[in-house]
Amino acid sequence: MAALEILGLAKSYPTGFWRKTLRPALSPLQLTVHEGETFGFLGPNGAGKTTTLKLLMGIIFPTSGSARILGRDFRDPDVKREVGFLPEQPYFYDYLSAPELLDYYARLSGVPEEERRKRIPELLERVGLADAGNKQLRKFSKGMLQRVGLAQAIIHNPRLIFFDEPMSGLDPIGRREVRELIQGLKDEGKTIFLTTHILSDAESLCDRVAIIHNGELRGIGVVEDLTSKSADKTEVAWRGAQALPAVSNLLAEEHVTGDIVRAVVASEQIDALLEKLRQQRAHVISVTPILGTLEDYFVAQTSGQKEVTV
Amino acid sequence: MIARLSAISFNTFREAVRDRVLYNLVFFALLLVAAAPLFGEISIGLEKLILVNVGLSAISIFGIIIAIFIGIGLVSKEIEKKTLYTILSRPVRRWEFIAGKYLGLIMTLVVNAAFMTAGFYLALLVASRGLGKDDAGLLVAIYFIILEFFIVTAITLLFSSFSSPILAAVFAFALFAIGSFAEDLRNFAALATGATKWLATGAAYLVPNFSALNVISQVAHSQSISGRLILLNTVYALLYSLTATIGAILIFERRNLK
Repeated sequence: MAALEILGLAKSYPTGFWRKTLRPALSPLQLTVHEGETFGFLGPNGAGKTTTLKLLMGIIFPTSGSARILGRDFRDPDVKREVGFLPEQPYFYDYLSAPELLDYYARLSGVPEEERRKRIPELLERVGLADAGNKQLRKFSKGMLQRVGLAQAIIHNPRLIFFDEPMSGLDPIGRREVRELIQGLKDEGKTIFLTTHILSDAESLCDRVAIIHNGELRGIGVVEDLTSKSADKTEVAWRGAQALPAVSNLLAEEHVTGDIVRAVVASEQIDALLEKLRQQRAHVISVTPILGTLEDYFVAQTSGQKEVTV
Repeated sequence: MIARLSAISFNTFREAVRDRVLYNLVFFALLLVAAAPLFGEISIGLEKLILVNVGLSAISIFGIIIAIFIGIGLVSKEIEKKTLYTILSRPVRRWEFIAGKYLGLIMTLVVNAAFMTAGFYLALLVASRGLGKDDAGLLVAIYFIILEFFIVTAITLLFSSFSSPILAAVFAFALFAIGSFAEDLRNFAALATGATKWLATGAAYLVPNFSALNVISQVAHSQSISGRLILLNTVYALLYSLTATIGAILIFERRNLK
């Protein structure tokens, strides 16, 4: 079952003195996230990631289109019993302590009192805030606030969780902790929708990613598929430097260490190179395709022409 | 629904209670009430009259100030600080948020008025060396003051649902001031002719009639307040505040939040 189906959701804002000109913030977006999947929604700042989340959470209203969350219309407030949300750089009621804040959010999500009493200390322990006690949130560091944010997003044990830039502004240790927490939720089988512009996080956590730029979807697919798309070069290593003059016209670059040659060759030239190396009686040590990173794909999609891969 | 409403209103109450500004205002109000007998010293024989007038006016004015200054931030602060994001991403209807905020501030104002009333009666006890039967009648004036809070909170919420906090405060104070002279506006409408009469009558009925809710002078002179006025004022205040709150909800329901 699809946990999230975005069906042409679009948002435009009126601009100008008479507010007659419409500035599109999100072009009609078509997207499906499967249950149990960790989905990365990537894009540079101002691409439309947060707009999409605000639309899904009912904070702003779409100009057109619709969405279904866990099989129900996204405007149905009751569907949010099973949805968790961590906004970007969240701010919470700073006059509350962490247990008070979690209790408040749990009440709003309809968690019974008995379960609240059990779940709040457990969750505080899980996010590493068991020692925070009754300290007010105004005395919390940024990292601690982010952990409270994560706790409030899952206090009601939701099936689908939206994280908006969960690692932004955190130090490396904080980022690692948040990543581990999200990994833990993934292992529990939760569906996770994650927006980020930190590609290494998306690469390590997400099953599939979509790339959005200027409010338009530029690409979508399994991380490995997207990164292998840019594997158009191969590294070949062989023993026998005497073969080099015969093959040098095929190589993009080469490094010679003693009798060992490491060369980079265009993938379509690989057969020709191996054939010549055999003729020259060189001993091939390794043939390794040079895989692109998600960053390569991201840069290609956000700087080049529109190209959607499903 | 009830659980969500009570959670939002209790949290609003808790926010106000933990705000130091509220304590400053309450402290000044109590100080004024406590100082009221000193005013009486200046006017020989009018000690109690002055005390009742100053005491009840202090409860009213400080309550109105609290209602407006907390009221203007009820919605705008949640939007500005984005705390609303984590509320609306839960099964909370927008109307529940507004209604919960309204009830929370009313709860704050009632508790606040209860404290000030206790201080006022204490001052009365000290100044008059005992409480008389007439003094119970003062509670009617305090009840009307609370009804004023109902209306002021609702109109502040209405203004803050579409304008900036400063403008909302200006509008709410202006409407309170005009509403305090609603009877004069009605008298003027009765004397006027033509378009002026229509405009003045329309304005007189549109603005909240705070002058009907102000019986401080009557109770200070130990005049009794009729049961009919109590009933009419109660119905009027409830209908007026309900209408203004529904207006705030209708605007908020359609609003794209930043």
